[in-house]
Amino acid sequence: MNAVLEVANLRVAFANGTQAVRGVSLKVERGETHCLVGESGCGKSVSSLAVMNLLARGATRSADVLRFHDTDLMKLSERHMAALRGDKLAMIFQEPMTSLNPAYTIGSQMAEALTRHRRVSRAKALDRAAELLGRVGITAPGMRLAQYPHQLSGGLRQRVMIAMALMCDPELLIADEPTTALDVTVQAQILRLLQSLQRELGLALLLITHDLGIVARMAQRVSVMYAGEVVESASAEALFAQPTHPYTRGLLACIPIPGASRRDEPLGSIPGVVPRIGPDFQGCGFRDRCAHAAPICAQVAPLQHAAPGHDYLCRLPPDWSAAEAA
Amino acid sequence: MLQFLLRRALLAVLVCLTVLVVSFVLTRLSGDLAISIAGPNATAEDIATIRQNYGLDRPLVVQFLDWAAHAARGDLGSSYLYHAPVAGLIADRLPITLTLGLSGLAIALLVAIPLGILSAMHEGTVIDRGIGLVALIGQAMPSFWLGLVLIIVVGLKLQWLPISGVDTWEGYIMPAIVLAFSAIPALMRLTRAGMIDALASDYIRTARAKGLRTARIVLKHALRNAAMPVVSVAAVQLGFMLGGSIVIEAVFALHGVGYLAWESISKNDFPVVQAVVLFLAIVYIGLTLAADMMNAVLDPRLRSA
Repeated sequence: MNAVLEVANLRVAFANGTQAVRGVSLKVERGETHCLVGESGCGKSVSSLAVMNLLARGATRSADVLRFHDTDLMKLSERHMAALRGDKLAMIFQEPMTSLNPAYTIGSQMAEALTRHRRVSRAKALDRAAELLGRVGITAPGMRLAQYPHQLSGGLRQRVMIAMALMCDPELLIADEPTTALDVTVQAQILRLLQSLQRELGLALLLITHDLGIVARMAQRVSVMYAGEVVESASAEALFAQPTHPYTRGLLACIPIPGASRRDEPLGSIPGVVPRIGPDFQGCGFRDRCAHAAPICAQVAPLQHAAPGHDYLCRLPPDWSAAEAA
Repeated sequence: MLQFLLRRALLAVLVCLTVLVVSFVLTRLSGDLAISIAGPNATAEDIATIRQNYGLDRPLVVQFLDWAAHAARGDLGSSYLYHAPVAGLIADRLPITLTLGLSGLAIALLVAIPLGILSAMHEGTVIDRGIGLVALIGQAMPSFWLGLVLIIVVGLKLQWLPISGVDTWEGYIMPAIVLAFSAIPALMRLTRAGMIDALASDYIRTARAKGLRTARIVLKHALRNAAMPVVSVAAVQLGFMLGGSIVIEAVFALHGVGYLAWESISKNDFPVVQAVVLFLAIVYIGLTLAADMMNAVLDPRLRSA
């Protein structure tokens, strides 16, 4: 079966020359959660905005493949892309507090998502909105529809955003850090909600996060991004069992494990910051922060297979150990 | 909301009182009323009589309280010049000023808002700079000069429109355009700034993610949020147009409230000056209140605050 979303060699450049995304490739299958993970500024949000063609003015994208089912998104005019957005392709964002228009009611904003794409009356659309609000766990949906965003908490607003994204029964949902701005208990509720919706609706979910805890909990597949590139891509089990790229190993070393991490041992950290990748940048983006960097790392890193379906972008062999590499 | 309105009303009364006291004192400082009423050929005796008849010999505070007490009962006194009730003089001229002001504002909004939106949507491009340049020229052009140029070109050379008076509705066209011209740059810039902010906001990204069409995103989602400062300033501009169109009323020989104000000030017709000031203060306060209420309609957050 074809993937719901297939991306190959996606590139995004900003007007100032920054190469924000440098050849990202990934696939999301029906009913699958694919996590795109990486630290702030690694290009994960920009990649998702590029897929939706929602990049800010001045940013340009290119790709060898950017396909939704059999539709080539690169060839679609903005008019046709807009017809697909919010219909089969939906997206929710990191900032629930500001992502809803303060001037309109929840009901009005939810209803227009449906009336834009389907020939239904506003009353029918409001019924559908109430049904979905109930489904995302909001009590008294009728009352909520008449309320304005400022009357709702952050957690409620994010639920509204999720419900709004589901108005047209999308096949692909891109969720860009949907829980980052929320407190921990609400975070857990929202993640549970996404999981159950995905099971019920068979959604393909592209979940963008910097939180490896969320990855462990949600993902079937994981792509680790660094400086605009996917440096490692694997099934979730394989990634956690056998992280191969030095950056992935570094990331995992930063997580405290109850029982295993010792109090007197410092938690891992990766020195330095993400470099700015200008138009002339070459080679591995991680080499300045990598403990195992070699002169060859200034050249384009090879894509290697650690196992079937487990790829990484590094000169080191799949079974390298820290002792040997040093 | 009720508390909000009460607070505003109290503030409005205070503003009115302040404006009246200041204008009262200023008119009295500007010269001896009795001398100017009596005219150049009057004797010292005449002047003394006039001073006594008009009550001008009493202390300022007493004069003011006397005037205020009458005004509160709706009696604004009589003009020294026209020998007619002031209220009637203003009421006669109000339709002209109101028509001129409202059509001026309508033209200004119809030009400024689309230009502001266009400018914001093309921020930083040639279109944006072109519109900004036109606004700059508009701001720099004195309205009496523009009025005269229009009279010469459109009125005298082309003979498309009457050059003075408002015997027909065509007489309003040129003065309204000139009046609008002075308001357009500020309104346009506010629209542009508000739209740039709104278009860069997260909820516009959400609207785009829903697949909404550009027209709906711009006109429904962005414009409503950008409109509030425009409404506030448009209200002040209208107040200015209703009271401050003195120059334009003079250039186009329209006998409106502005012209009355100019005439009464230059001839020391003190009751008229005082009444016009009161009228304008009430107009400004009323418009500001109307703008606040319109903003409360536009933004639900203000309603619950």
